[in-house]
Amino acid sequence: MSENFDVIIVGAGPAGSCAARKMAEAGLSVMVYDRRAELGTPVRCGEGINGNAEEVIGNIPHRAICARIIGGRIYAPNGRMLEADVTKTGQKGGYVLDRKVFDKWLAREAARAGAFIQANTLVTDLLIENGRIAGVRGKRWGDPFEAKAKVVVCATGAESRLGAQSGLKTHCSMQLVDTCIQYEMSDIDIEGQSDWEKFLHIWVGNKLAPRGYYWVFPKGDRSANVGIGIVPSNEREKSALYYHEKFLDSHPGLRNGRILEVKGGVVPVGGLMQDMVVDNFVLCGEAAHHVNAIHGGGIKEAIFSGRIAADVIIDCMQRNDLSKSALSMFNLRWWEERGRRLRSVEKVREVFEKMTDDDFNMLADAITAEDVFDLARGEKLSVLAKALMKKPGLLGLARHLL
Amino acid sequence: MAWTLNKGKCMKCGGCVAVCPFQALELVDFPEVDNRCTSCKICEWTCPVRAITVDK
Repeated sequence: MSENFDVIIVGAGPAGSCAARKMAEAGLSVMVYDRRAELGTPVRCGEGINGNAEEVIGNIPHRAICARIIGGRIYAPNGRMLEADVTKTGQKGGYVLDRKVFDKWLAREAARAGAFIQANTLVTDLLIENGRIAGVRGKRWGDPFEAKAKVVVCATGAESRLGAQSGLKTHCSMQLVDTCIQYEMSDIDIEGQSDWEKFLHIWVGNKLAPRGYYWVFPKGDRSANVGIGIVPSNEREKSALYYHEKFLDSHPGLRNGRILEVKGGVVPVGGLMQDMVVDNFVLCGEAAHHVNAIHGGGIKEAIFSGRIAADVIIDCMQRNDLSKSALSMFNLRWWEERGRRLRSVEKVREVFEKMTDDDFNMLADAITAEDVFDLARGEKLSVLAKALMKKPGLLGLARHLL
Repeated sequence: MAWTLNKGKCMKCGGCVAVCPFQALELVDFPEVDNRCTSCKICEWTCPVRAITVDK
């Protein structure tokens, strides 16, 4: 195989594989490297996705879907529950995926379109020639290798420093991440709910999940992803793991569950970048912080981001111009199609982060679960602002939204 | 500078790599530190299981 490609993509997650598929379909030679011995694992994810993602990627195979979800139940600190069944309003609902199957499916779709994919290959460096990025360097089976391409797409996720070698400021500020821990558990129940497996469950409150939330995402047959994400703090003694275990202790239906898998991770929930390209280089997916700042979901955003990157690169290749100014179309298009919306979501998060448990309780009386879903899409911020205005102390936060 | 990792706790999630402002960390099976580390402790505070200890 020639070690010279039109495009090298680093990372075969949803962003990388979706970008690869589109570019391969357009006739470009594409190589995707992934450091992992098995694509899709380890999972660092709650595995939830909105069903409307299928409008973009096509029907998700049944084997990649663990559970079908019709809505959400959100619990305020005082225990008040908000429920939304989105299928009642004709929406599709969502899925909890098996990422190990899902990611391999996306990779296989890319391969079927003609992309090369190579697992177990660690890219350590960008290859620089005459001051420009000309490919990548890394290790394959422990031996050094080098491969060249006209453009490198960095879709590594946040947990890589490769992107920073481009000169872009890719590291995540500690204030703009959630530190997470999750168990995949079987034999669990949510007390008093016979139909809990149809809903995503979210608990908010600064005592149980400081500046974050606790979740149960059902995976079928009384199993679920059960986890927590909180904002790190230098003042807090305790880890995410501590809060996770404490929550389980207060929920016997969860505590009695069996722990099949333990996963950790850090998710960017903010810090959207104006500039995500340099000459011959594009940053996309979670590596570019393309994550929903309210729920921390990144699969759908990664898919959009990878596909927009692919469109732009296909166009730039046709014009034989992979300079920063040509690739800047990615900045423009991403901000137009996804960024503006994600920035609104980020604003909602900025408000939520400043709210006390009393404020959350007040809010739970003033808005519906449907409103929360709208807010998590970056829509109807005025509904939240109006609710906040009812309490004089929250006027400032309301103003931040408008 | 002393950056130490409790390998019994570490889940190899790479969260520490994501937040390191100095690109001093890399996930090579376990995270590994190089001489760019300034002992800022951000990785210690961020690690979901507090597997990292940084002494100034």
